[in-house]
Amino acid sequence: MRPLIVIRRTPTIDFMGWHKLGFALSVFLTLSSIGLFLTVGLNYGIDFIGGTLIEVRSTIGPANLADMRAKLDALNLGEPSLQGFGPPTDVLIRLPRQPGGDAAQEQAVQKVRQALGSGVEYRRTEVVGPSVGSELIRAGVIATVLALFAIAAYIWFRFEWQFGVGGMVSTLHDVLTTVGLFALLQLEFNLTTLAAILTIAGYSVNDTVVIYDRVRETLRKYPRMPFRDLINLALNETLSRTILTVSTVALAVLALLFLGGPVLRGFSIAMLWGVVIGTYSSLFIAAPILYYVRPNRAAIGRSVDTMQARAPGAE
Amino acid sequence: MLYFENWKIALICAICALGVLLSLPNLFSPSLLASLPSWLPHKQVALGLDLRGGSYLLLEVDVAAAQRERLNTLVDNVRNALRDANIGYTGLNVDGDAIVFTVREPDRIDDARQALRKIDPDLTVDIASNGPGTMRFSAVATEARRRQAVDQSIEIIRRRIDETGTKEPTIQREGADRILVQLPGVDNPEHVKALLGRTAKLSFQLVDATVSLEDARRGRLPPGDEILPAEEGRAGRVGPAAYVVHRRVMVGGDTLVDAQPTFQNNEPVVSFRFDAAGAKRFGDATRDNVGKPFAIVLDNKVISAPVIREPILGGSGIISGSFTVQSASDLALLLRAGALPAPITILEERTVGPDLGADSIHAGAIASIVGVVLVVVFMILFYGLFGVFADIALIFNLCLMLGSLSLLGATLTLPGIAGIALTMGMAVDANVLIYERIREEVRAGRTMLSALDAGFKRAFGTILDSHVTTLVAGALMFWLGSGPVKGFAVTLSIGVLTSLFSAILVTRLLIVTWLREWKPKAIPI
Repeated sequence: MRPLIVIRRTPTIDFMGWHKLGFALSVFLTLSSIGLFLTVGLNYGIDFIGGTLIEVRSTIGPANLADMRAKLDALNLGEPSLQGFGPPTDVLIRLPRQPGGDAAQEQAVQKVRQALGSGVEYRRTEVVGPSVGSELIRAGVIATVLALFAIAAYIWFRFEWQFGVGGMVSTLHDVLTTVGLFALLQLEFNLTTLAAILTIAGYSVNDTVVIYDRVRETLRKYPRMPFRDLINLALNETLSRTILTVSTVALAVLALLFLGGPVLRGFSIAMLWGVVIGTYSSLFIAAPILYYVRPNRAAIGRSVDTMQARAPGAE
Repeated sequence: MLYFENWKIALICAICALGVLLSLPNLFSPSLLASLPSWLPHKQVALGLDLRGGSYLLLEVDVAAAQRERLNTLVDNVRNALRDANIGYTGLNVDGDAIVFTVREPDRIDDARQALRKIDPDLTVDIASNGPGTMRFSAVATEARRRQAVDQSIEIIRRRIDETGTKEPTIQREGADRILVQLPGVDNPEHVKALLGRTAKLSFQLVDATVSLEDARRGRLPPGDEILPAEEGRAGRVGPAAYVVHRRVMVGGDTLVDAQPTFQNNEPVVSFRFDAAGAKRFGDATRDNVGKPFAIVLDNKVISAPVIREPILGGSGIISGSFTVQSASDLALLLRAGALPAPITILEERTVGPDLGADSIHAGAIASIVGVVLVVVFMILFYGLFGVFADIALIFNLCLMLGSLSLLGATLTLPGIAGIALTMGMAVDANVLIYERIREEVRAGRTMLSALDAGFKRAFGTILDSHVTTLVAGALMFWLGSGPVKGFAVTLSIGVLTSLFSAILVTRLLIVTWLREWKPKAIPI
């Protein structure tokens, strides 16, 4: 059984010829992401700012949003937001954080239940007090920053520090632009989004490491090849792998996006963006950065011997 | 690389078989599972509350409030100690976490220090040479008390929840002063929350009849007395809005051994029984105060203040108030379970109804299956027979993941299902790396065998490096994440590990077997 689709020969795309455009685009994307984050801000879910989220399903036909809104407005609980969620019977109600600490949030739920009365079924209730929310933000930021440093340290340990810099810059780029996307589209930023961002960091580096591995190998193989050609060669040789892997991951993410239900939608959108931007950044940022930070060829050549002695897998 | 020793083959097959065996129970219904012979694994993946439905409550024990209350009671002891020793003082009060006061005569500071040290060994006494002094709990004592308060709270919460009949509750400590309560199957936790939110500290205190409420409110509160509001009862209830009572507790609720809801004159009431010590103290106190009213105080509110008609020596009694059937039975439950050592606040609540949980499982399963099918087809399109090998390895990977999750007792959450779906896409990456390498080696003119060999060897280092970085992200998520994120981190990390095994070893074994049995002339790649 032969494969139906085969890329016959190694492509000869001049990635390095495009890298300045890539840098410019990335600087633009990163700066606009930071700008959006600072001006528009993120649409934080209750996980981070506290508040109440109630998912209800009308048991008497499609939900009447206007009627529900009127009932909730009468409660004076700040500005409740109502939106359809999945089928027309389902409504997602968000209440802003209530003044008066953790206990006040609880009372708000009670009031909503009384106001909506019968005819609705409560599918989900989430109440997060303000104190937990700020802790979750802190933990999230710490996790992301640590992930960036841990990844850079690992690459430094396995390669040279120049590779670590490249890996960190491109991962940071992916993380920032994902945050920017969420600010631009005002998608809810919650705990699962955070999980998606950390996964994106892991995936993006995975992609970068594969390319760096090939750059290192090519460096050893052609000690005299100009750096520019060398990076191009490494990128072209790994291109089919890059495309195939990004495709399989994207297929899995697309299945989640369209079939995984509304709760996972934000996560899937973040992952889809992350997979695309992670691949792009490996090709147009992580690899070209090496051209500027110039890994030490002599050091890499020397490490061949130790590698061979240690790993039986290396040739 | 292309040779496997027999024991390795046996081991790989054994692990795969084990994975299938451990993951199979997840496909069966509970009734079918029960009919299976006992030597087969029965364990299913534990579903998180977001999938099975239930309520998740994060509580905080307000240790500081308990400490403040304790300081408030100690202020009386300080007053008495100073008075007994004839030491003049001013400004005796509780300020934050300390009792503050000023000794009037500087030459009596040593005496004051001595008298105050006897009050409580946990208190440190600090008096400056010009008079101002503070007393606070030492760090060690505070810490010990915090631990004790949280442990006690967990125990009391467990008792209260058990009394409500909730099945399989999980109650565990989280961090320094938090408690995580998980109640599977509870889709409206209002009742449980109402029960947990009450301290349920009961005491019997004498009412001070020598001063009227109005006088006391105007600032003529006798020392050792306090004003307590009356419990807000049903509408139409008559009685004062507050009472002046002696601070000294006649008998505390900690001496109760039983409490039951019952009826008296068609009104719901709570009957209770003291232990031997409590019965004696209650008997003595009522004998000495016949004709006077005493207050039944719950959480600093007076439920009722009956007049003692005769000494109550039997060690049992009845609390009447404006109860409903429900509130009488709740109070009895709270009294049986005991008082919380400190107030509790609910920081976070996440409740998922059973329907949403079932919908999430359904959607998650469909998305995962479709994802796997897409990846399987994709791999066959691009790699033909080798794609089939990768797909077989992928199926084993799925089994190993589910098997490990069942075996480890890890909890599967909705983000966890997303993790599984995502891992399916990432797992074939190792195969892609190996196959692409083999193609390159073939193109470079190597023979079939040496190309296969080199493909596996060279791709290995890359695979390892790229997978470790994903594990790093997973470990951080597990460490710093909470609830749903942790669930995702677990499946992602387990998936990365099992995919290393399946994509490298299982695929290789399949290819080696194919080489041996079919003796092909070229690689169909």
